[in-house]
Amino acid sequence: MNLRQILEEAGGLAILGAQAFRAMFSRPFEARLCLAQMEQIGVRSLGVAGITTIFTGMVLALQTAYSLPAIGVKYYLGTVVSKSLVRELGPVLTALIVGGRIGAGMTAELGTMKVTEQIDALRAMAVDPVKKLVVPKLVATLIMLPALTILGDALGILGGLLVAVIQLKVAPAFYLNDVFDALTLADVFSGVGKTFFFAYFIAIIGCYNGLTSKGGADGVGRATTNTVVLSSILVLVSDTLLTKLFYLLT
Amino acid sequence: MTDALFEIRGLQKSYGERRVLDGIDFDVRRGECLVILGRSGTGKSVTLRQLNGLETPDGGEVRFDGTVVSGLEEHDLYPIRRRIGMLFQGGALFDSLDIFDNVAFPLREHTAMSEEEIEATVEAKLALVGLEGVEDKMPSDLSGGMKKRAALARSLALDPEAMLFDEPTTGLDPITSATIGRLIHSIQANLGVTSVVVTHDVALARRIGDRLAFLDEGRFLFLGDWQEADASGPRQLADFLAGREEVAHAA
Repeated sequence: MNLRQILEEAGGLAILGAQAFRAMFSRPFEARLCLAQMEQIGVRSLGVAGITTIFTGMVLALQTAYSLPAIGVKYYLGTVVSKSLVRELGPVLTALIVGGRIGAGMTAELGTMKVTEQIDALRAMAVDPVKKLVVPKLVATLIMLPALTILGDALGILGGLLVAVIQLKVAPAFYLNDVFDALTLADVFSGVGKTFFFAYFIAIIGCYNGLTSKGGADGVGRATTNTVVLSSILVLVSDTLLTKLFYLLT
Repeated sequence: MTDALFEIRGLQKSYGERRVLDGIDFDVRRGECLVILGRSGTGKSVTLRQLNGLETPDGGEVRFDGTVVSGLEEHDLYPIRRRIGMLFQGGALFDSLDIFDNVAFPLREHTAMSEEEIEATVEAKLALVGLEGVEDKMPSDLSGGMKKRAALARSLALDPEAMLFDEPTTGLDPITSATIGRLIHSIQANLGVTSVVVTHDVALARRIGDRLAFLDEGRFLFLGDWQEADASGPRQLADFLAGREEVAHAA
């Protein structure tokens, strides 16, 4: 990919984002389509989001306890697990795992519609594909990714609790007290705040690559791969910048 | 009000270095069926897609009922597109909707009809194309010919003044092709819909076309009625209509 193609893609993403926000606030509102997408994007991602974060919480507790046994770190597991998960691992892992799933799904769906002329059919029927297809996906991702992250954070803390109690013989109340003492609103604000940006990147990249797919099944396949790669990179790069920003703000 | 519903002047379109349309001019008269013939890859579909603004020309002008289409913003094209139906090559039915919802789609988007009125209209449109009892089926459950007919019913839902047909019989067996040809002819004849049909199916073109245009290397080599075409059309058109290979040209 040369510089011109990169700039073209960046410009295309920015234009699609602007069109989507303009269409989002213009009547008629597609509430029914948004709800259907929330089910598709959010409810059907519950399993993968839950498994990812619950095991991450468990591993985090184990690694912490085994790495620094001498200083009695197992009594601070609540702090380590909750801070790490809520500020960083929960939002980023959820965005990477769930984002890969839903972003690829968006590209595959819209890409197939593009190469079978269904997008053109919408345009020919005087219907805006951005309003009809992109906006519901963007709205659903903006709502459901933060929701999945909050749920994932809770499950990850629960995973840490299981390891703390069963493996390391820490009292549940002690672990939970530590969690609630350690966690601040700023942690939650920082962690969840980032997910809105991740959601925007995932949905816009997923939709853009679908809407610009070319060349049949092969083209849709390449666009889908591109979505997963690009959205993952953008999540990780933006995470660094957003973490810095949120530390300055809170 | 002029006699022409579509007026096309100096239409040009290129993709990269390749010039597909090199300044074509034609009118589509109200109520007629104009067939655009040509070999694959000569720009027939590109021409058709300029008529409702799905593609923007690099030069020239398209007018629909006196309004300039080319160069309009996407949202400004919508009032014009509501008056023009389009049948796509593969039908382009929405995979996620059943046949009823596909045909009802433009009605729900652009009219204030009640669900009862929509149901009656959908049934009428499906009956018009000879499809009944398939309302609950998904597009993937239908044969190629049935998909085309369902797509035709959808494109007629808003009672368009003009219809654009992109290769309506490609991929269909001869009998189904003849059925589609009969439907297009009856729609044009009975509803007075102005039609533009892009095809390389000569039998279909002869059956439904009032006039034909022959596109070759970005230009119309011929535009006229069948009598003129058969009597004094260019050699390339005669070869095309007879299905002769280019050996004839070389000779």
